[in-house]
Amino acid sequence: MIEEGLKSELQKQGVYVTTLEDLYNWGRANSVWPLTFGLACCAIEMMAASMARYDLARFGAEVFRPSPRQADLMIVAGTVTKKMAPLVVRLYNQMPEPKYVIAMGACAISGGPFKQGYNVLKGIDRYLPVDVMIPGCPPRPEALIHAIMTLQEKILNQRLTGPDRPRHLNADVPGEYPVPAYGKHDLEPSKNPEVWQPPAIPR
Amino acid sequence: MQAAQNSYLVLVLLAVAAVGFAAAPLAMAWAWAKFFSPQKPGKDKNATYECGLEAKGDAWIHFRSEYYLYGIIFLVFDVETIFLLPFAVAFTGLPVGAFVAMIVFLLLLVEGLVWAWRKGFLTWK
Repeated sequence: MIEEGLKSELQKQGVYVTTLEDLYNWGRANSVWPLTFGLACCAIEMMAASMARYDLARFGAEVFRPSPRQADLMIVAGTVTKKMAPLVVRLYNQMPEPKYVIAMGACAISGGPFKQGYNVLKGIDRYLPVDVMIPGCPPRPEALIHAIMTLQEKILNQRLTGPDRPRHLNADVPGEYPVPAYGKHDLEPSKNPEVWQPPAIPR
Repeated sequence: MQAAQNSYLVLVLLAVAAVGFAAAPLAMAWAWAKFFSPQKPGKDKNATYECGLEAKGDAWIHFRSEYYLYGIIFLVFDVETIFLLPFAVAFTGLPVGAFVAMIVFLLLLVEGLVWAWRKGFLTWK
């Protein structure tokens, strides 16, 4: 590990040093390929973000893949109905490691305006480990770009060794999360306790 | 003689370099997956279908070949229509030979229709 002072001193002389870890993470962070996957109106903003005006390509994330086998970022863009939730989880399971999830919009993070509805999942974080959440109804394309920048920051700061290493280097992290089934009244199970616990209310 | 041999040696070297250039990233990716990145296969990940839905049934099904009957009936009416229209337009100026040839052709097609009718194919099941 090189000292920060020495590094900046060398940079002033035109010598750039880096670590293999930084180089690896730099490459990963700047080539995040999202899954072409829109659920509701947030997807329109996602499309706008990938088009010329907002130009997601500046961040290396414009390569929307139509197959989960080639994607490493799932943007859950829109209302996740209980009918759609098993499909979302199954698609996530089919993505190769390392995989990241951005929950885009009020519906994806909490159910949003449909939270009281009987058929809407109250946040995809009940089943999937969400990395970045974007509030808004719908969030503007700038907000999605900000979320991708936040995700890139997260990837850049991941250490390749140690307990916080990325999922694809960790054999203990599950490759697949349990897919909920349609029960009599609700999805079964109604949440994945490994990734989500109901918030404790302080009294 | 020596120069000629050397010139072919260059080609061999280029071929080796080209194969290596293609194989090296694959080998590196393989080694990375083997030694650092543990594989996590599973039921969903190994599934054939990639749309989030579960595949139902078997892909190896019997496809009923009765469609050919529909094909024949369609052809009878389709070809008939195509030839009948110019026939009707040019009807007054036609010589007897052309008229007879056309009637024979129509009878051939009608024969197909009669065949399908007698087979009971025109009744809806």
